Amino acid sequence: MSETLTRPVVRGRALVYGWSAAGLLLAALPFYLDRFWLQAGLFAMAAALGAIGINLLTGATGQLSMGHAFFLAVGAYGYCAFAGDGSDGLAGLGLPGWLAAVLAVALAGLAGGVFSPIAGRLRGAYLGIATLALIFIGQHVLFNAHDVTGGYNGRAVPPLSLFGLTFDDTELLVAQVPFGAVEKLWYLGLVLLVGGVLFARGVLRGRPGRAMNAIRDHRIAAGVMGIPVARYRAAVFVLSSMYAGLAGVLLALVFQRTVPEYFGMALSLEYLAMIVIGGLGSVAGAVAGGVFVSLLPQLLTRYSDALPLVSAPGTGGIAPGEAARYLYGAAVVAVVLFLPGGLVRLAARTRKTPTSDRPSGEAR
Amino acid sequence: MSTFAEFLINGVSLGSIYALIALGFVVIFRATEVVNFAHASLLLAGGYVTAVLHDTIGFWPALLAGVAGAAVVGAAVEFLVMRRHRGGDHSVLAIVTIGVDILLATELTRRIGTDILALGDPWGDAVVTVGPVTIAETRIAALLAAALLITAFLLAFRYTSWGVAMRAAAENQETAALMGIRLGRVSLGAWAVAGGLAAVAALFLTVFPTPGLERATSLAALKAFPAAILGGLDSTTGALVGGLLVGITESLATGYQGDLTFLGRGIGDVAPYLVMVAVLLIRPAGLFGTKELARV
Repeated sequence: MSETLTRPVVRGRALVYGWSAAGLLLAALPFYLDRFWLQAGLFAMAAALGAIGINLLTGATGQLSMGHAFFLAVGAYGYCAFAGDGSDGLAGLGLPGWLAAVLAVALAGLAGGVFSPIAGRLRGAYLGIATLALIFIGQHVLFNAHDVTGGYNGRAVPPLSLFGLTFDDTELLVAQVPFGAVEKLWYLGLVLLVGGVLFARGVLRGRPGRAMNAIRDHRIAAGVMGIPVARYRAAVFVLSSMYAGLAGVLLALVFQRTVPEYFGMALSLEYLAMIVIGGLGSVAGAVAGGVFVSLLPQLLTRYSDALPLVSAPGTGGIAPGEAARYLYGAAVVAVVLFLPGGLVRLAARTRKTPTSDRPSGEAR
Repeated sequence: MSTFAEFLINGVSLGSIYALIALGFVVIFRATEVVNFAHASLLLAGGYVTAVLHDTIGFWPALLAGVAGAAVVGAAVEFLVMRRHRGGDHSVLAIVTIGVDILLATELTRRIGTDILALGDPWGDAVVTVGPVTIAETRIAALLAAALLITAFLLAFRYTSWGVAMRAAAENQETAALMGIRLGRVSLGAWAVAGGLAAVAALFLTVFPTPGLERATSLAALKAFPAAILGGLDSTTGALVGGLLVGITESLATGYQGDLTFLGRGIGDVAPYLVMVAVLLIRPAGLFGTKELARV
């Protein structure tokens, strides 16, 4: 009896300790790691944010989207356009950085909303291919709207400033460690990621999450039960675009330059690979998949000398980027065939003890 | 006027090639209800085999080898991956094909690199002039070949036992299986046929006036997706009409891009997608797609 009463408490306390330790570790990293790792970590955070967005849409609501890269581009370029002061000859409103970031996320949401007549009515493959159009239209606009996007060469990203702190490379000494852009952005990224994770968990665990899963599992039954299906679909599309926009802003701040080529179809496929590998419909899965897919090419590049079969770009062998693509392409196929539910399911399976008999579907 | 006629004929020819690709896409969808996002890579595989072999064994055998190669790749994807997951959720299966596409596309683009491979076709850059209208021979060959293949395919679809089995499986998988139709064989056949059709399309996508087989060829092949969708994913007629619509739109938009400069450079590549979005806004199931009716 006492066993069953105390166990959840112990478990809850262990969870709190675990999360605090993880949080402290992540917060301490900029004092120890060099620039390369911090940058890789920031890419992973941005990817995780974007992956949460597409997982709400594709994983939880069952709406296949190939157009995620488009919304990332809207976020990234939107930020540049709102924050730029026009000194580089490109259109810019010169707004303060934080306002520009908020507006860029809103703009991405608006772009998703404009697409809602399609997003709310189509589903499955039709929606997947319709969103493919976004990629090509987006690329066309990015290359041609030279006044805003800078065309082929892209445009420089103005640094963000928040509460008097500017996230640029002017060095700031914290405890004898010089803090440049990546160190400062690291904390911003952490805050955004934690906020994004908590919000998405709230959405998925509450009433909207139930409705979204109902739409995925049986659209008509969901409608019969009183869920406004079309409105929900459109709303999830907007929310997912806003996550993508936020990821785009963060990516732009890390890259310090946005180029149109980056936001192509390959990026969209990468995001789909992330959520499949991590686990469809789960926030933790999106984060795990985002970290995996975005760190893989960087790790392979870093250690290309030490690894068999992989060689530095341009030397004729398999370049690290290609090796990473092979690996995550194979991972997508393998996960669907052998590990339905993705990495999260794997973690849930190994963690399973005789007393924790909750269905793994709830281990989100 | 004569330039308009040229654009129109080129558009019809290009459209018939898109129809060929879209047809394979639709066949796979009808037989297995899976959307094959790896289709562009199948096409690239067929083109690559032809491009590599044409120097040593001549053009026609190389073309045959390309068709066979793409069919084998398609069948292998079905046999090694899709079959292991039959009966699974269709949207998950669609994502599996994306994984396959990443694998195939990475391998092929790595092999092709930055080269532009010639396919060694016998037509070269010869043109035919009829009155004021000048048309490249390759375009005429493309139109004829596509028309021939599509007719042959539709006849087979209608009259052979293979076609009947395919249509029965599309109608109702369970009943078809109970009637003794081997679903595995049907879906294997669908993937192989789709691969073969795509390989022929690869040839005509890369001959004059396009420079040859390169990485970007798969982007051109992707335009068959809007073609299939705007016609309606489950309709062969839709694939044909959609293909023609996309081809003609692209050809006209490219041809008149001098007058369309306010839309930016390269509007021809985007036009098919714009047309698709416009059609889907009015008819969400495509022009000829069946509206899905469901019983709860």
